[in-house]
Amino acid sequence: MSQTETGKAAITLDKVNKWYGALHVLRDISLTVHEQERVVVCGPSGSGKSTMIRCINRLEAHQSGHIYVEGTELTDDTRALDTIRREVGMVFQSFNLFPHLTILENCTLAPIWVRKMPKAQAEELAMTYLQRVKIPEQAKKYPGQLSGGQQQRVAIARALCMQPKVMLFDEPTSALDPEMIKEVLDTMIELAGSGMTMVCVTHEMGFARQVAHRVVFMDRGEIVESGPPAQIFEDPRTDRLKLFLSQILRGH
Amino acid sequence: MSTSTSVAPSLPIPSRDAPPGAGAVAWLKENLFATWLSTAVTLALGYVIVRVAVALVEWAVLGAVWSVPYSPAGIAQTTVCQNAKGSGACWAVIADKYRLILFGRYPYDEQWRPALAVLIFIGLYAVSAMRRFWREELILIWIGALTVVGVLMWGGVLGLAPVTDDFWGGLPITLILATFGLAFAFPLAILVALGRRSTQLPAVRMLCVMFVELIRGVPLISVLFMASVMFPLFMPAGVNIDKLLRAQIAVILFAAAYLAEVVRGGLQALPKGQTEAADALGLSYWQKTAFVILPQALRLVIPPLVNTFIGFFKDTTLVLIVGLFDLLTMGKVALSDPPWQSFSTEVYVMLGVIYIAFCYAMSRYSRGLERELGVSQRR
Repeated sequence: MSQTETGKAAITLDKVNKWYGALHVLRDISLTVHEQERVVVCGPSGSGKSTMIRCINRLEAHQSGHIYVEGTELTDDTRALDTIRREVGMVFQSFNLFPHLTILENCTLAPIWVRKMPKAQAEELAMTYLQRVKIPEQAKKYPGQLSGGQQQRVAIARALCMQPKVMLFDEPTSALDPEMIKEVLDTMIELAGSGMTMVCVTHEMGFARQVAHRVVFMDRGEIVESGPPAQIFEDPRTDRLKLFLSQILRGH
Repeated sequence: MSTSTSVAPSLPIPSRDAPPGAGAVAWLKENLFATWLSTAVTLALGYVIVRVAVALVEWAVLGAVWSVPYSPAGIAQTTVCQNAKGSGACWAVIADKYRLILFGRYPYDEQWRPALAVLIFIGLYAVSAMRRFWREELILIWIGALTVVGVLMWGGVLGLAPVTDDFWGGLPITLILATFGLAFAFPLAILVALGRRSTQLPAVRMLCVMFVELIRGVPLISVLFMASVMFPLFMPAGVNIDKLLRAQIAVILFAAAYLAEVVRGGLQALPKGQTEAADALGLSYWQKTAFVILPQALRLVIPPLVNTFIGFFKDTTLVLIVGLFDLLTMGKVALSDPPWQSFSTEVYVMLGVIYIAFCYAMSRYSRGLERELGVSQRR
């Protein structure tokens, strides 16, 4: 797969550092994600990969370094933050749908209130995306009435309804039963086909091989190795990556 | 959920599977007379219940005195009641005093006004209870209804004779204190709870913590005392805030502190992911709070909320300490009339029935609400 290095930078992390108290969780992270590029982040648990992706829309604040999203720097300035969050969609490990709202209301809430879209138009948009994740018939139900896989697909549709330029996925399949992982991955593969810029934290190596332009391996808060999937999986250069690959391959 | 599949074949058949007709007998056998011990307890308790019920009916209905003659001067002749004492209730005291108890010293001929106000309050509760009225218009209905209540009680416009609140008493006072109290305390409580959880504004958080701890740390009576006795001392000469208003503000502040802690409990019970999802979608703080956080947090705390509501409805009786005549105090006032002095039981039974009616309605409603809202809450 060809890398789109000539494209404009969608996300830039420049020497980002973060500490939880004395714990140094992100060490000098520098990473550029180009527009329409798909990056998979992997690494052992506690390696800081979720923290990094959560810094991109400031669910976690970084303490030093710079983060730029679509040309806007993430700072304490709330206006910049609002702009960035509008353009960055996020899908969580635990879905985080709003249980007191129907599927349709989950999808229309942000477009109506943040994008100031008329209700009818927001609903039409939501139905389009629900169709794309193949569950339009569940629109009137509540999240609690859906299976895990369906809920995660709704969560993807909900993020897409904001028509973001970038989608972040934080271990989207880790909380799912094995038989439901495929339906969510299929949705993500379909989304990848549409040219969306994606950053995805996942252990699904099959998915990484199939859609990623680049795989980033993190360990102990650092980016250890990064490159095209073929290189990362077949020709690991560091011992840490070799160890990690042997561990997850044994698990599969 | 079917029990029949989990019950071993050798066990007795559960009563729900018994043939029709034998249902009641089988139920009795299973639940009340299953063993010798159970039979003995059933019989003993049955005896007590029957004895109490019979005594109650004899006292409250069969031996009761419903009216008494009056002397030409209008003084009640309570000899009949005195003779029946111990064997029958004297409901004549209620017949004689119910308007004083319900409406206090409000001018007798104008008492249709507090009566109407009470009906408006009850109507307001009923409308607010129905989910199909849960729209923005409900706020207008509340403002309108409370304005009408104010006009009715104070008068002075529309040809209504003015009646200052020194003459108010009884049920309207209780309902005014409770309704205005909770209507203002609840939004205040939500703000205080949100303020206490704020990470961005440490000064606001500290103020909220101080407010809650200060108000919670002292008895309601002392807050009422402060409001009614101490507060005017701090005011410049000539400024006089109405006694009822001062008590009302004290009740609001006190209720707000307690409700704030209940609401905070709900806020803390919400998974962090809900806030994060709302943040990631770009919702502002107030949008997130109004559409995602509060609807879920308040739902979680319906039982303790209603518990606090009921507690405060009854705590309004403490305003007697600052010289306001709520329902309970009016009962006492009615009993100070010499002919009726010894018939407190009957008056307190009546008051008890009124309080129970309001509190039971609240608790029934909250149970229904939990069930109804629970439908969408299954995870």
